[in-house]
Amino acid sequence: MAKGIRDKVAILGMGCSKFGERWDAGPDDLMVEAYIEAMSDAGIEPSQLDAAWFSTHVDEMGTGKGGTPMSIALRLPNIAVTRVENFCASGSEAFRGAVYAVASGAADIAIALGVEKLKDTGYGGLPVANPGTLTPQVMPNGSAPGNFAQLASAYRAKHGVSKDDLKRAIAHVSVKSHANGAKNSKAHLQKPITVDQVLNAPMIAEPLGLFDCCGVSDGAACAIVTTPEIARAMGKKNLTMVKALQLSVSNGYESQYNGWDGSHFHTARIAAGKAYREAGIERPREQISMIEVHDCFSITELVTMEDLFISPEGQGWRDVMDGFYDADGGVPCQIDGGLKCFGHPIGASGLRMLYEMYLQLQGRAGPRQLKDPVFGMTHNLGGAPASNVCSVAIIGQEGA
Amino acid sequence: MVGIAAWGAYAPRLRLSRRAVVEANAWVAPNLRSKGKGERSMANWDEDALTMAVEAARDALGTADDRSQIDALYFASTTAPFADRLNAGIVSAALTLEKSISASDVTGSQRCGLTALGQALAAVQGGVARAALVTAGEHRRTRAASALELDCGDGAAAFVVTADAGAAELLGRGSVTDDFVDHFRGNDGGFDYAWEERWIRDEGIVKLVPPAVKRALEAAGVAASDVAHFCFPSTFAGMAATLAKGLGIRPEAVRDNLAAVMGEAGCAHGPILLAHALEQAQAGEIIVVAQFGQGAEALVFRATGQGTRPARGVSGSLADRQEETNYMKFLTFNGLVEWDKGMRAEKDNKTALTTLYRNEDMILGLVGGRCRETGVVQFPRTRISVAPNNPAVDTQEPYRFAERRASVLSYSADYLTFSMAPPNHYGMIVFEGGGRIMMDITDVSPGDVDTGLPVKMVFRIKDVDEKRGFVRYFWKAAPDRSAQAAQTAVAAE
Repeated sequence: MAKGIRDKVAILGMGCSKFGERWDAGPDDLMVEAYIEAMSDAGIEPSQLDAAWFSTHVDEMGTGKGGTPMSIALRLPNIAVTRVENFCASGSEAFRGAVYAVASGAADIAIALGVEKLKDTGYGGLPVANPGTLTPQVMPNGSAPGNFAQLASAYRAKHGVSKDDLKRAIAHVSVKSHANGAKNSKAHLQKPITVDQVLNAPMIAEPLGLFDCCGVSDGAACAIVTTPEIARAMGKKNLTMVKALQLSVSNGYESQYNGWDGSHFHTARIAAGKAYREAGIERPREQISMIEVHDCFSITELVTMEDLFISPEGQGWRDVMDGFYDADGGVPCQIDGGLKCFGHPIGASGLRMLYEMYLQLQGRAGPRQLKDPVFGMTHNLGGAPASNVCSVAIIGQEGA
Repeated sequence: MVGIAAWGAYAPRLRLSRRAVVEANAWVAPNLRSKGKGERSMANWDEDALTMAVEAARDALGTADDRSQIDALYFASTTAPFADRLNAGIVSAALTLEKSISASDVTGSQRCGLTALGQALAAVQGGVARAALVTAGEHRRTRAASALELDCGDGAAAFVVTADAGAAELLGRGSVTDDFVDHFRGNDGGFDYAWEERWIRDEGIVKLVPPAVKRALEAAGVAASDVAHFCFPSTFAGMAATLAKGLGIRPEAVRDNLAAVMGEAGCAHGPILLAHALEQAQAGEIIVVAQFGQGAEALVFRATGQGTRPARGVSGSLADRQEETNYMKFLTFNGLVEWDKGMRAEKDNKTALTTLYRNEDMILGLVGGRCRETGVVQFPRTRISVAPNNPAVDTQEPYRFAERRASVLSYSADYLTFSMAPPNHYGMIVFEGGGRIMMDITDVSPGDVDTGLPVKMVFRIKDVDEKRGFVRYFWKAAPDRSAQAAQTAVAAE
């Protein structure tokens, strides 16, 4: 078995733009915003960058394809820029590329930047995707909420949870994230909400109402990584280290074979298991200090608690109701508001999750700061429950 | 000898209340108030003449995967989706018939359903075909506030014709061809333009239909008074009775034309009335079916009491109904309202014809794969098997899903995505015997679907490319209401 990525790469600096309906900003502006913060945090010059990874998902709008949009927007010194796309997990992929480059020794300092400009569509929700020539001839004319909502019916059937109980549990998920987002000045949505508001909101895709769906936002996030040795030589202390980077990709088992029950993420369980092994974590419920999960929809977050082996299978909804994932709970989840409230500019989201974990580990999370976090985990999903890519990353304190 | 071995029928589940229609139109067409009785069958937005014809054909063929006995196909309709693309070719692909069959579209007149049946009977009689499948479907487009809108219904019927007598033996046929234009519809795909009813009745039907029936009876060697079932579709009240009287057919032989419960399904209506008669005829009874249209077509059969009875038939189709009182929905489904579909509907539905042809059996036939080594069933068929423990290469044999029973594993009712009938229901459908497909669920209302719901496969319109005039077809799941009823009964015990 491979030795893994644990403790080979340190985060030198990070940046994140204000997320939201950025009518004022194009993708270039968003990139610059995140980049300047990250470069300032890292304390380096552009000439010190060896290679770049650039993530965007929707190339029908925003930046378009290729590596040039990032290079031109940031005036990079003609270094390698690789554009990566892996659905909503694209940001984690940019980070993985940069980390692997540093770990290999091919680069001393690498940059990962993700951006998405979604609010140029003219309508709410995600842009209608271009799925190629075969898929539209057979696949339902669906939407992201319609695909993820299906977890609910299968989860109810498998675990014997009533419609009402599950609806209330997922409402709690959103209420918690809004409470957290209210303490985040970069978040798209900063207003607390009540359970009644969630329950009475317009239906989007049964059983998901408006408040069960995350924000559709513009934004960018950026990470600069290097080796621990270089970071220390630059005078950095209390390094935030990469502990695990895993990605599991569906191979048709869920959508075409007869095994999957539709109530969970097959890939998330595989990626989480590998990430814990890579990071040397044996008891995640006790050892993980905080998590940022891919709460594109409230139901996704709920089942993910089980897929990450933090809640026992079938009990996630009870942990949610008990407040285990609240800011003052056992494993605070979405402490920055999550996709739900920080927002979900697709190509940036994986990096945004890491940004919050990094700030928390550095003790720089302001009003949201948790006490002495050791390990922060991010779970960044792309696709739909039946066919997806799932990234799980763990970063943590030096020496942990 | 030649005859009908099996038959099938289909009427869409929705039944539009005529009262709802006449009340909505009373301000402009108060004269139609008297027609506000009963209901007419109403195609769902994703049904057309072709999809209904496929469903009727499936009813006639039964659920066996092997349909290799069929060597000729006739698809009859005046409302087929394509003017230049063999519509019967789509029907054939949907039914997974052999590539070696002959296939033709029969069209151009309201009598073309019976013309197609006559051609099939002649082909088998002449030894050109061994088993011919005839299927007729009609989905007439009518103007709002017209009488035709109330008179018409949507539906289909199908027959398997073989050299055995089967369910009914052909005794004789008669035709009249005369360019009597009671109505016409040009090539622009618009609406019917009809002449005065009294002229159509007195100079057209009364003079042109009887000679065809007489010729058929003479060929059959059957006296008119011996006819037990006289099927003649007409939107004119009492028209069949008038003809019967003139022909010497007993009044009690005149069959109900189903105007009250489904309306007249154009060229499919003669076939539908024949199918209905076959369901009710006693062995030995004489059935006459005729239909008018630039002359007339008439066929005489003797019921045998044998043959394969369909699972649904006309009776089953009529029993499986849901009242629709929303006239606006009818207008919208039929493209008679310019409505705001939202920006999500702007996506380009251009179909890559190369992709369609390369995946023809998958898309039109719902054919997946079965691994020769492990028996694992999957959709779609792929070079490398999906079986996690045995990803065998090139072991997949074609496997048909269309007739398999299935149920819902997960679903959602989606209000965000564009749908002609929101919310769009779709979900993961799992099949008895293995395999699963994420697919649209049709013919449902909010609250109808949950995990475990038994479903059956139905052939439907997937999307319409309005820019290029192309219709995409695929399969969808619809509630299997008989399986559902059985499940409920078991649960009650």
